[in-house]
Amino acid sequence: MRFLPSQEDMETKTKQNQIKTSTTSERISGSEAVIKCLLAEGVNTLYGYPGGAIMPVYDELYKYQDQIHHVLSRHEQGAAHAAQGYARISGKVGVAIATSGPGATNLITGIADAQIDSTPLVCITGQVGSHLLGSDAFQETDIVGISTPVTKWNHQITKASEIPEVFAKAFYIAKSGRPGPVLIDITKNAQFEEFDFKYEKCKGIRSYKPVPKTDESTLKAAAELINNAKKPLVVWGQGVILGKAEEEFKAVIEKAGLPSAWTILGASAMPTSHPLNVGMVGMHGNYAPNVLTNECDVLIAIGMRFDDRVTGNLATYAKQAKIVHFEIDPAEVDKNVKTDVAVLGDAKTSLNALLPLLNANSHNDWHQKFKDLYKIEYEKVIKNDIHPTKEGLTMGEVLKEINIQTKGEAAIVSDVGQHQMIACRYADFNVSKSNITSGGLGTMGFALPAAIGAKMAAPEREVIMIAGDGGYQMNIQELGTIFQQKVPVKIVVLNNEFLGMVRQWQQLFFDRRYASTEMVNPDFVAIAKGYHIDAQKVSERKDLKAAIKEMIDCDGPYFLEVRVEKEDNVFPMIPTGASVSDIRLE
Amino acid sequence: MSTEIKQFTVSIYTENNIGLLNRISAIFQRRHMNIESLNTSPSEIEGVSRFTLVVNITESQMKKIIGQIEKQVEVIKAFYHTEDEIIYQESCLFKIKSELLFDERQIQNIIKESNARIVTVNKVFFAIEKSGRKEEIDLLYRELNAFGIMQFTRSGRVAVTKDEMKISSMLQAFQD
Repeated sequence: MRFLPSQEDMETKTKQNQIKTSTTSERISGSEAVIKCLLAEGVNTLYGYPGGAIMPVYDELYKYQDQIHHVLSRHEQGAAHAAQGYARISGKVGVAIATSGPGATNLITGIADAQIDSTPLVCITGQVGSHLLGSDAFQETDIVGISTPVTKWNHQITKASEIPEVFAKAFYIAKSGRPGPVLIDITKNAQFEEFDFKYEKCKGIRSYKPVPKTDESTLKAAAELINNAKKPLVVWGQGVILGKAEEEFKAVIEKAGLPSAWTILGASAMPTSHPLNVGMVGMHGNYAPNVLTNECDVLIAIGMRFDDRVTGNLATYAKQAKIVHFEIDPAEVDKNVKTDVAVLGDAKTSLNALLPLLNANSHNDWHQKFKDLYKIEYEKVIKNDIHPTKEGLTMGEVLKEINIQTKGEAAIVSDVGQHQMIACRYADFNVSKSNITSGGLGTMGFALPAAIGAKMAAPEREVIMIAGDGGYQMNIQELGTIFQQKVPVKIVVLNNEFLGMVRQWQQLFFDRRYASTEMVNPDFVAIAKGYHIDAQKVSERKDLKAAIKEMIDCDGPYFLEVRVEKEDNVFPMIPTGASVSDIRLE
Repeated sequence: MSTEIKQFTVSIYTENNIGLLNRISAIFQRRHMNIESLNTSPSEIEGVSRFTLVVNITESQMKKIIGQIEKQVEVIKAFYHTEDEIIYQESCLFKIKSELLFDERQIQNIIKESNARIVTVNKVFFAIEKSGRKEEIDLLYRELNAFGIMQFTRSGRVAVTKDEMKISSMLQAFQD
């Protein structure tokens, strides 16, 4: 049973088209030019929703449907998150398209999410005709103004002749350097207008330097600090994945024997089982790397940005340590944590250049400390999470079972909240680009549409979406997209009938005043079945294994609701404003 | 050092594109910072615009803001300067009732002493232009205000730096 158009077929067609478009100049409409630009950039899938001001482009999408697959979402926010999921799993630019006004504003949450999580997106919005700009025309909104603070770049096209150059720039900007979202707003007259089309890819922009030059002296200084360190600790982020530097990273830490911890977005750059992988840092991260952040003598940050959820109280964060920061974005250096050595550049090149400068080392005694603290965390937290003895199901044991049945090779697309922290903590990530989640913005409703994009970009991978009962309902309408497109994503809802993370905070910091966190939920299985998606609900431990097996064995999409303990908390936890070393185990 | 609020003048070289002003001002707005004055104009390089703005913030905030400004795709380069690193001028215009020019002899002295310039005179009003440092304009305002001002406006700061800003060579490097 074939659920998705083969990416290979699409890619062959796209390649043929690339050759055609780059050599000829032809008189075509602006809207056809949009499609040709997308094809020239290798786009074969895009996510969107039609409407008045973008109809000429949709008319061309109809004509080119054998070469470019438009996925109709059920809400533009879903289209934006699907494009994000597509980009996050493939490393390619995700494309979303919407009409003017509400269509455009509905994209904004996804754009903001992509901006803070450095996801390459090109978003295309229709706009009222240029003669109507500023007249409060029907479905007119200043989307360029609105999107400015949450885009890497944006531009309004009012003449068809601008289309090729603006699209070329947009793709170049979205994917180069530190990636990010770009928005192109096209007035309706520019879509209708005819012009001589010729496409040239963008090779550079004089005011934009995507990758800063690496200063060799900083590499030497970094190597010296690492070589002399007695208690080094690496914290890596998404920069390793975005920079395609997984191999270089592994070589560096293996040679120098560096215990390495990850941020949420860095997860999966190195397998969970790697002996140097000491777990997750941050608010619900692992005990050892958080505590030892305040004991290490050299902290080596690689492609991460010292987010407040990672650092806790900055005044007490790694004050004893020398800080080395490998970073592609100069604005991140010294932004939150003052560095001793900043190595600018992309991770692949910098780490490659660093490798020969490092001495081989093992730091065995120092490693033992991580193991000792892990034991404490295991006894107090992990054991109860993944091998619970109480009656109610835990989120952790669901993850554990998924690990076993997918051999840790699934891509986990999580939403936001308790289940997200549990997924990040307990999922085995044996393949890079396997943790797709909204890290910086914390966007509930992200997972379901993002899983659609992820599965479509990587049909060969098992894509498992994990959401809570709250976030799932924020974009539950995308079940319609899954049904129509026959996307075989696996949907797991860990239902505790609460907005669990907020409830946890209410319990711990607001004297159990559970204001508006209790959920009265619908029959989720019936809803899934309404979309003709196979579905079942599990509320007892004895049924869990078989249910997960049925889900994974299913050729098509599958919905699994697991009723979990209502008032479980996620630990460890660094309370807001506390130091990383004051992390609580209970 | 870094907690002391100081006045900085910022020079930003940019492409001349719609929306860039919004992008730059949003960087300050997001951090709840006020822009004291702002001027945009062509620069010494053809096709390159120059923003000059004044802010009162700490130096560590200033450095981070420069990073955020330079991160914008269409910004070529941004610099910040303290007052002793620049030569700057502001400009202002006063509109005053013409009768005062003849009734109040002192006004003529004020104009002369402050090196202000009468731009136009008609039966109803006359207009004075004055360029100078902030304090000079403040002083002139106080002196004239005693007699009544019909309209007053002043420009944003414009400034050149004492040291070179190596912007042309950077653009040259891109061409090569």
